[in-house]
Amino acid sequence: MVTRRNIVHGAVFLITTLLSTAGIFLLLEAEFLFIVQVILYVGGIMVLFVFVIMLVNLDVSMRQVQFNRQWFVAGALALVLAAQFLFAIWAGRGALRLPAMAAEISPKNTEAVADALFSHYMLPFEIASILLLVAMIGAVVMAKRRVG
Amino acid sequence: MIPVDYDYYLFLSLALFVIGVIGVLTRRNVIIMLMSIELILNAVNINLMVFSRMWGSVDGQVFAIFIITDAAAEAAVGLGIILAFFHNRETVLADEMDIMKW
Amino acid sequence: MPFVLPVLYAVVIVAVLPLLAGYIVLMERKVMADMQARLGPMRVGPHGLLQPIADAVKLLLKEDIIPDKADRLMFWFAPLVSVTMALLAYSALAIGPVFQIADLNIGLLFILAISSLGIYGIVLGGWASNSHYSLLGALRSAAQLVSYETAAGLGLISVLLLAGSLSMKDIVQAQSDQGVWFGFSVPFGFFIYLVGSIAETNRAPFDLPEAESELVAGYMTEYSGFRWSLYFLAEYANMVVVAGIATTLFLGGWLRPGARYHEHIPGTGVEWLDALPALLTLGVALYSLSLAPKQPVKIQKIVMVLVALLCLGVAGVLGGSLFAPPAVMQGIHGAFWFMAKVFAYIYAFLWIRFTFPRYRFDQLMRLGWRFLIPLALVNVIGVGVAIVLRQQFAWGPIVSLIPTTLGTLGVAMLLAKDDAPTATAHLVDGE
Repeated sequence: MVTRRNIVHGAVFLITTLLSTAGIFLLLEAEFLFIVQVILYVGGIMVLFVFVIMLVNLDVSMRQVQFNRQWFVAGALALVLAAQFLFAIWAGRGALRLPAMAAEISPKNTEAVADALFSHYMLPFEIASILLLVAMIGAVVMAKRRVG
Repeated sequence: MIPVDYDYYLFLSLALFVIGVIGVLTRRNVIIMLMSIELILNAVNINLMVFSRMWGSVDGQVFAIFIITDAAAEAAVGLGIILAFFHNRETVLADEMDIMKW
Repeated sequence: MPFVLPVLYAVVIVAVLPLLAGYIVLMERKVMADMQARLGPMRVGPHGLLQPIADAVKLLLKEDIIPDKADRLMFWFAPLVSVTMALLAYSALAIGPVFQIADLNIGLLFILAISSLGIYGIVLGGWASNSHYSLLGALRSAAQLVSYETAAGLGLISVLLLAGSLSMKDIVQAQSDQGVWFGFSVPFGFFIYLVGSIAETNRAPFDLPEAESELVAGYMTEYSGFRWSLYFLAEYANMVVVAGIATTLFLGGWLRPGARYHEHIPGTGVEWLDALPALLTLGVALYSLSLAPKQPVKIQKIVMVLVALLCLGVAGVLGGSLFAPPAVMQGIHGAFWFMAKVFAYIYAFLWIRFTFPRYRFDQLMRLGWRFLIPLALVNVIGVGVAIVLRQQFAWGPIVSLIPTTLGTLGVAMLLAKDDAPTATAHLVDGE
């Protein structure tokens, strides 16, 4: 996705990546997050991206140079970052094993998430809804054409 | 199902994160930069889910829901900004967005 | 071994669905003709019964045209996405108590999620056609789908509060336990979902993106032959999925209408309503047999007799299962009632199509955002109140929802009154 010249192809690759991430959530027995990922991320956010890509005339930018001038330094920094993370994972590699209590999480995942969300995490929930309201208003104001 | 060791999920999360970082730092097109940011957020989500599964608690999943919500808000506002800028300057390349440069 | 039955069901669905979609098109043409006082397709096969097969052959033999500057990968990919998502949604749908590919805990949300993925087929198809009209039609269609998906989803939530679970089987079970179909106890939820589902499948009166007199055919303009038939199949498969969801949630799924009516046919242990499917199919078979001699051409007589034999076979299966073990009978009769309700819902779609004029796009968006979504939100709150009434004050399943219905009705009247002047004011200004 990060190397495609054609942005629509890039968006489609991101969509498949997000769907695969949703599949990973399902493998980790988090079925509610699987569905939330598909509905919100793939069915909402990426539709928004695809809309904007189609509303913006990208023919000109598709013919220009795609990578900026500092690509080498950026790549080197990213590799350093990756090395740091790899070291952290490698250092803790023996500590993570599938616990034996695998079976008890499954059937009630949605109920468990709902329980936690509406009891312990009620305040972040309300703040998130206010955030969404603010974002909605901001996006509508931003995207309006100024008349005159 | 053959259970997969958690390390592999963490490697996947790392790979996605680094690819997202490279995308943000290297590309000129602002829309692709935003999409790479979404990739980074997804990598973090995978990480959270892995640890939520490991400890058997649902807190990680709740946090992941909030991250997804946040990403939606951020994408909406970011794309609104891009649209507004495009209507003004007809460009989506980050190098050319230099109105406030000295 | 545990995979055999789901794979078998999946094969049956994928094999039957194109045929079913074709025959729904025939049904639509016949119903349209009936409402317009004419006869519809009569030539191909007796009473037009072989028309879908002729259409399918024609579409397969048409030339496959790809526009010059079209993005070939996306052009190939877009109808594929549409069809895949439309077919994938069947995996969580429960056609009877037995016929279900996967009883997911989150079955309903799964179908909603897959339906929202179908938008990509439309948007990518419009983009790949490299034509302004296609792109515009695709964007309009996608905007409409997203708006009405929200409204329909909120309409469904009001019923989910009463059902208490997202699994399709549990929802039907809840309707059976409460003794009333949710379509009757939460009529506004049903209404909102009905309107939302009509808009979601791009059917009239919301079919501006693909109507024949507007924008040529919207996102499908540049597609011909087999690719177009894929989009077409996706649209009708979506219709059946949406009808399936409505049936499961609002019309009692596979429950027999009059589930508490246990009058038996005198002398046997068979209830009247259980014998009804077999008797109905037998009636259809006899009717086709009576029509057979009146056909003008011999081949049509033969096809009519074959149709009659097919109906007799179905009647035999339905009647014979009355004497089979209860699980088998439940499975077969449940599937019959489910499909009957699905076809009734689709008939409602067709009826609405040929009755109402088309909505202009801004009217469509206004209806979705300023009428349906507030109404759906009020409905959800009302159902919450009803649940409190049920739990704290022990009101019955139907009585507790009367305040909800009245409150939502009041809000609906307020919203409708509010919108009427603004809808015409813009026209006066010469917009």
